[in-house]
Amino acid sequence: MAQPGTDAQPLRVAIIGSGPAAFYAAEHLLKREGLVVEIDMFDRLPTPYGLVRGGVAPDHQKIKSVAAAFDKVAADPRFRFYGYVEFGKDVTVADLREHYHQMVYATGAQTDRRMGIPGEDLQGSHPATEFVAWYNGHPDYQDCRFDLQQERVAVVGVGNVAVDVARILCRTPEELAATDISDQALDALRQSRIKEVYMLGRRGPAQAAFTNPEIKELGELAGADITVLPEEVELDPLSREALEKSQDRATLKKVELLHGYALRKPGGKPRRLILRFLVSPVELLGNAAGQVVGMRLVKNELRATPAGTLQPKPTDRFEELPVGLVFRSVGYKGVPLPGVPFNESWGVILNDKGRVLDPDSHRPVVGEYCTGWIKRGPTGVIGTNKPDAAETVTCMIEDFGQGLLLCPSRPEAAAAEALIRQRQPNYISYAAWLRLNELETARGRAGGRPRVKFTRVEEMLAALGRSEGA
Amino acid sequence: MNIASLLAAKSGQPITIRPERSVREAVALLARHNIGVLIVVNEANVPVGIISERDIVREAARNEQVFGRTVGEIMTRDVITGVPEDDLASVANVMTEKRIRHVPVVDKGRLVGIVSIGDVVKAQRDKYRGEVETLETQILADNN
Repeated sequence: MAQPGTDAQPLRVAIIGSGPAAFYAAEHLLKREGLVVEIDMFDRLPTPYGLVRGGVAPDHQKIKSVAAAFDKVAADPRFRFYGYVEFGKDVTVADLREHYHQMVYATGAQTDRRMGIPGEDLQGSHPATEFVAWYNGHPDYQDCRFDLQQERVAVVGVGNVAVDVARILCRTPEELAATDISDQALDALRQSRIKEVYMLGRRGPAQAAFTNPEIKELGELAGADITVLPEEVELDPLSREALEKSQDRATLKKVELLHGYALRKPGGKPRRLILRFLVSPVELLGNAAGQVVGMRLVKNELRATPAGTLQPKPTDRFEELPVGLVFRSVGYKGVPLPGVPFNESWGVILNDKGRVLDPDSHRPVVGEYCTGWIKRGPTGVIGTNKPDAAETVTCMIEDFGQGLLLCPSRPEAAAAEALIRQRQPNYISYAAWLRLNELETARGRAGGRPRVKFTRVEEMLAALGRSEGA
Repeated sequence: MNIASLLAAKSGQPITIRPERSVREAVALLARHNIGVLIVVNEANVPVGIISERDIVREAARNEQVFGRTVGEIMTRDVITGVPEDDLASVANVMTEKRIRHVPVVDKGRLVGIVSIGDVVKAQRDKYRGEVETLETQILADNN
């Protein structure tokens, strides 16, 4: 058998997932000098880009522009995309072992953490990610329903996702109509009767995860006035001391922005966005029909851990907030993949620097790697996945150099394609995705929108002149 | 970013030793795992101290019989431990100010990992690299 990584036998790599982490891993591999590599990238959806398409908010098109860099990677003749092929269902670990020398899992953090409080499952209480996936047109979430006839909404959390959800809820129909938000969400949000949106942070303004550009944007909404309670924006002595010591530029600016909002007089806009700090929900309150009607909040104080982090400690002071809709955004975690070792503590694949580990021996599993959120957990911006993928690829190249590879019986591109065609005749190639992309952007052009998304798999297949089961 | 995300992509099990073991055994463990520190735990796997290369060198400088001493006799007892929810930034500050190179991480009384100054520097470097990468992509897109 020819030596893998040569013209006679390219190194065959399968990447599971097609979000930023997946594309950065592909890019690093393709850029390796002297390495002859072929990459097959799989996604369970017909469309690539992961959270760039399904997570990044529709009014943040500039952030989505990173997709152009992914298209460049995909244009490499050594790259193939197999969309609408589900790992664990259409192809298994065992299948891939017969066709590839190395595999990379880049499946992200697909589920949300629960708050763990009574009433969490009442009607009208949702994971924020479901709302995000719904308004972004993710095919799996198009049957979700959110009661936007409620007047008061609480978003639990102050991270990026919480900010996106609160902002989208506050946007005017005109603002939303200029984006690529799904048509269904656009219609529902047009009818929205929401008047007040609360964002709830368990710590203080200095510890909030949102970034300064995000807060600034919240202060510039056409249809919503931002409110911060003066008593909650005032720094407690511990936060003040920590900030004086660190002089962290971004945190100083954040506190300054929030102080500015506390001084603002309402401008008479139809909606209000209220940022709350130092409060945690302890219970969701329901009516006889099982519908959320409010939440009970405990006020927190900050205490320093031995390592210096200020963490919330509940006090004995409570308040009730009447809200009819709740979105929780208190963290994310990965979902175990069939046949792949998982680390329950951190919600990631069990790994060391991207090498998947055997749960018993804690030794690397030959030929299996991971990158992105399924490797390190849900942190960082899109670009953070680039150095992360570089670390994984460095491990892959080291192992390749040591001859630590899988021994596939059919390491040819044509054999993999034949298998996939047999398992999923309707798989979507990158060329097919680019056609869908053109159709979507053409549909958007008339309305001055970046695109109008296809939000159902059947719709995508039909647009490509195919039908399910063909 | 919290320090749980630093532990997520590390092989997990920190290398530990009991206080009654000898310094000889500690040195062998450090060499075998190519690391600079061992966490000293009691029978309940609760950290009671830390023994570093530096502890051993300090003892060796004044005592030729260093290898025969027990870990418990020369370990550092006053250890700052972290929890998975600790912010990367505050742990980085504490390590810098107190000149600490390793922070054991404990979750509900159980040792779950160790964060080294190298881990912290790498996490911060990757955080900044990622932010620069993202900003650059957006600026380049603006110019198209």
